[in-house]
Amino acid sequence: MKLSGLEPLVLNENSNFINVGERTNVAGSRKFLRLIKEEKFDEALDIARHQVDGGAQIIDINFDDGLIDGKEAMVRFLNLIAAEPDICRVPIMIDSSKWEIIEAGLQVVQGKCVVNSISLKEGEEKFIWEAKQIKRYGAAVIVMAFDEVGQADNYERRIEIAKRSYDVLVNKVNFPSEDIIFDLNIFPVATGMDEHRRNAIDFIEATRWVRENLPNVSVSGGVSNVSFSFRGNDGVREAMHSVFLYHAIQAGMNMGIVNPALLEVYDDIPKDLLEYVEDVILDRRDDATERLLDFAETVKGSKKEAGADLSWRENPLQERITHALVKGIDAFIIEDIEQARQEAEKPIDVIEGHLMIGMNVVGDLFGAGKMFLPQVVKSARVMKKAVAYLNPFIEAEKTDKQEPVGKILMATVKGDVHDIGKNIVSVVLACNNYEIVDLGVMVPPEKIIETAIKERVDAIGLSGLITPSLDEMVYLAKEMQRQNFEIPLLIGGATTSKAHTAVKIDTQYNKAVVHVNDASRAVTVVGDLLNKKGTHEYTAKLKKDYDEFRTKFLKRGKEKSYISIEEARARKYKIDWETSEIVKPKELGVQILKQLSLKELEPFIDWSPFFRSWDLHGKYPDILKDKVVGEQATQLFEDAKDMVQQIIAKQLLKPKAVFGLFEANSINDDDITVQKKGKEVAVFRTLRQQLKKREGIPNHALADFIAPKETGKTDYIGAFCVGIFGAQELADSYRAKEDDYNAIMAQAIADRFAEAFAEYLHKQIRVKHWSYAANEDLTNDDLIKESYKGIRPAPGYPACPDHLEKETIWELLEVEKLIGVKLTESLAMWPAAAVSGYYFANPEAKYFGLGKITDDQVTDYATRKGITKAKARKWLHPNIAE
Amino acid sequence: MSSIQQALKERILVLDGAMGTMLQAYKFTEANFRGERFKDYPTPLQGNNDLLSITQPEAIKTIHGKYFEAGADIVETNTFSGTTIAMADYQMEDLVYELNYQSAKIAKEVAEEFTAKEPNKPRFVAGSIGPTNRTASMSPDVNDPGYRAVTFDELRIAYKQQVEALVDGGVDLLLVETVFDTLNAKAALFAIEEVKEERGIDIPIMLSGTITDASGRTLSGQTAEAFLISVSHIPLLSVGFNCALGANLLQPHLEAIASKTDFAISAHPNAGLPNAFGEYDETPEEMGEQIEEYLKKNLINIIGGCCGTSPEHIRVIANIAAKYKPREFATLSAV
Repeated sequence: MKLSGLEPLVLNENSNFINVGERTNVAGSRKFLRLIKEEKFDEALDIARHQVDGGAQIIDINFDDGLIDGKEAMVRFLNLIAAEPDICRVPIMIDSSKWEIIEAGLQVVQGKCVVNSISLKEGEEKFIWEAKQIKRYGAAVIVMAFDEVGQADNYERRIEIAKRSYDVLVNKVNFPSEDIIFDLNIFPVATGMDEHRRNAIDFIEATRWVRENLPNVSVSGGVSNVSFSFRGNDGVREAMHSVFLYHAIQAGMNMGIVNPALLEVYDDIPKDLLEYVEDVILDRRDDATERLLDFAETVKGSKKEAGADLSWRENPLQERITHALVKGIDAFIIEDIEQARQEAEKPIDVIEGHLMIGMNVVGDLFGAGKMFLPQVVKSARVMKKAVAYLNPFIEAEKTDKQEPVGKILMATVKGDVHDIGKNIVSVVLACNNYEIVDLGVMVPPEKIIETAIKERVDAIGLSGLITPSLDEMVYLAKEMQRQNFEIPLLIGGATTSKAHTAVKIDTQYNKAVVHVNDASRAVTVVGDLLNKKGTHEYTAKLKKDYDEFRTKFLKRGKEKSYISIEEARARKYKIDWETSEIVKPKELGVQILKQLSLKELEPFIDWSPFFRSWDLHGKYPDILKDKVVGEQATQLFEDAKDMVQQIIAKQLLKPKAVFGLFEANSINDDDITVQKKGKEVAVFRTLRQQLKKREGIPNHALADFIAPKETGKTDYIGAFCVGIFGAQELADSYRAKEDDYNAIMAQAIADRFAEAFAEYLHKQIRVKHWSYAANEDLTNDDLIKESYKGIRPAPGYPACPDHLEKETIWELLEVEKLIGVKLTESLAMWPAAAVSGYYFANPEAKYFGLGKITDDQVTDYATRKGITKAKARKWLHPNIAE
Repeated sequence: MSSIQQALKERILVLDGAMGTMLQAYKFTEANFRGERFKDYPTPLQGNNDLLSITQPEAIKTIHGKYFEAGADIVETNTFSGTTIAMADYQMEDLVYELNYQSAKIAKEVAEEFTAKEPNKPRFVAGSIGPTNRTASMSPDVNDPGYRAVTFDELRIAYKQQVEALVDGGVDLLLVETVFDTLNAKAALFAIEEVKEERGIDIPIMLSGTITDASGRTLSGQTAEAFLISVSHIPLLSVGFNCALGANLLQPHLEAIASKTDFAISAHPNAGLPNAFGEYDETPEEMGEQIEEYLKKNLINIIGGCCGTSPEHIRVIANIAAKYKPREFATLSAV
């Protein structure tokens, strides 16, 4: 027999007994029944997961209960299971006495299932029809030993019904014989009634007959029934199950429902108990039941205890500590560390010994790609907890602190507030025994230089997410050169690139400069840089590498050619304003939104970037199933969902937004005049592409999407800012508990909420406040793919890279006054989880990248905006063609 | 034994290459798609390739002809999206019967022309049955994993309409292809069985899944072998994989199923992976070399091309296939 979930399950002559999990059966688990009745499907899923984790190779699912709508529950639960790869990897057993429930189940499972069950109870016609349907749905089937007369309760009846069922299925339905499983009815023994004495042995013997006479079939059954009369005495029940299975499996029973928690190892059953139990199961003595009953009084309860697998707690101390670090389990670390401290000569030895041994294992696994970032951060949490516990003892001994391998200064540069990536790198380096001096965010260059000197750090790591940060890094490199620094400079963060590092930063500082774009590389890079022996060699190699890269890169840049700004304007994107539909917003003017619940934003979250922020690359939800990082991604995602629920429930984050919709026209090609009742209140300056393009391809500027003044038509534009408040406080509260994992998590989630809020608000604008797409019906996926009408470009992003335009938005909407989102000197937003931008409603409006522009547009832009050319150059500089 | 089963025993059969890639070269405009008949149709129709069987039948015929000329034994009808579910995008649900019927008819006409010219090499038409644009075992809404955009019954009914029209139009076999969700395929197989039973006919079925990425699984998460097990309850002419991957990346998955099934094995991979511009640029020779690896390992009974392949690819593949013996497989037991 071959079955499948996401993975195959193949049964053949050589297969071991297949264990079917039955805790997802309302008749098999009272807890499951309660959860379903209370509609707690999430917790019910946990039961299924627990079964699979516990070794069930098939899970039996049953909702036959008077108070449950079985069909609805079956479909809902199976659909939910289908979204849980760690559950639906095994085949499903659809269990019901009602055909409509079985069929509903068959219609929602992609793998090859088992139907449990059909029988001749209501005659051959129904039996044949159901079997035919099951075959067409592609499932195996359990056939109960039941016919029109009743349930088979002795040897002869069992084989009579099995034989007849087999013949009908194979000859009349053409049902594949290997897909037939017989349930030959396991009934209790030792009930005190004589007619029950042979219940077990008849089953066993009938099984033997079926396997010998009906080719290819399987035999199954629910084992716990056999010991029903010993409820309350798990010791005896465990022994009875083992004995029964031992003999039934020998006879050919190859699958069944067995509760692994209620099973003793056959060889471990005490001799005397074994004898009494076998007497009962095999019906060897007339007084077997009485003897077992008497003996049962002396048998104590079960030796086993269900629960998490804590067997690792039995291991030697070092193994326990290593296990806790690798698995990120902090529940026992204090007691283990305390034991280690008592055994050690000095408390510091525990760090240098036990903990470092464990962290080295973590480091090795991480380096070998066998652990992933979220795990390592969890390991660090355990490590920190252990160190925090030891610190007072170390202080008391007044010995020197452990000598770290190096001291690294980490900072997010002036004007920038983004620090998730920096924090991750810090944690990873700290795990590897580097001492981290973290100066936080918005750190002015003087402070970085001063601290680096004072603390005698071995390297400086700079991080930044927004484009102006790139210039800050260049400036810092110059300063390091001027002050004759020798130490390496590490560059990281979302906008940084090897190209920028090679071309702009490396040239300013003649010592090592390295671009590190993911945390996992940080350790090796820093290790190589600080390695006392080979450092010169390594630096020389780096310099050469960056030099070559630079040469190649610059050459490539030269191949592009640009046209003048006049020419570009002549080639602007032309909308036919005679026919283009302009929708007047329903609500003009500025509005604020402060009372929104996070719950409403949750559906708008795009999770893919969340995983990227943890260095797990892939698209959500595929990433959860990814072969390499899937397990980690799933774990991370669960933790994230937990935190999201907590944040929502306790209102730990506060979303606020301001937006405005205004009359507008484009003027002088590239500017947009924003008006209230015909009076100009602001002018947005847009930038135009200057790359030379093929004939017929326009040179875009955002102004192209707004009707020009000359058309005589009034057009409209919007602007907005959304912010998520409270992330910093939340992260700090975790950090205070040495919990970097959750601190980083909190920030990453706040970022997701900010993006989700922007998405949500854009939708509200489209369907309500502006109402130019009142009838749209888009799924979250569509939103992520940006299939909506109109755009919401943000200053600082490709279509309008000029951050200075944020100032115009801030004035126009009074952003800081109304909702409290501030602009830093580099024009980053604070709080960092914030998004601002414009709204364009024209159906032809689309996102584009500005690309590089030339000097003539910079001059023109400076004049239009009324700023010096130097200032314009400074802000536009990443986009100016050399 | 039908003539295609006979042919399968004797040689490796060659399936055609991409239809969409060939149609792109025509650069049909919205007006071309509409033709005279749909000039005033309320929805935009550009991109509805299946419709071209009605509005630009000559182009479709020409492409079929080019593939036969290149050496294909089987061409697929231009009906990849020919279900009410996929046609809903164009509000053309009511045209489903006609689209499939016409597509089958014109493909059959071309096939008969070629068979007449070369009677010792009969040409076949496979009715292409695509996956639709909805998945029965996955939720399109990340926040509601229990939600389904389509049910088994909706799929079964839609597929049944398509199958009936294809059969009426004269296809020789059915090809359920690009299966990214096995449950969709099971609904298609269910529908085909219903049609077979109601009409008292037998028609060979090819079934071809899609391994979406390096994980080695279908989009709905099944391994190659689990996929095979899930669709083996219906007697198939062949089972295999197409699309998503190039020939070299597909090989391990073909190996995974070839040793575990008695059905014939088919493959129609893409011309490599798309480049940065979404174009397929593997040359016929490059692809041919990789496919020869399959044949050397005796993995294949039916071979063709998917996205990015052209008659030139098929010509090279056909020439290589002619040099090798087909993989041996069990004769279909009548079920």
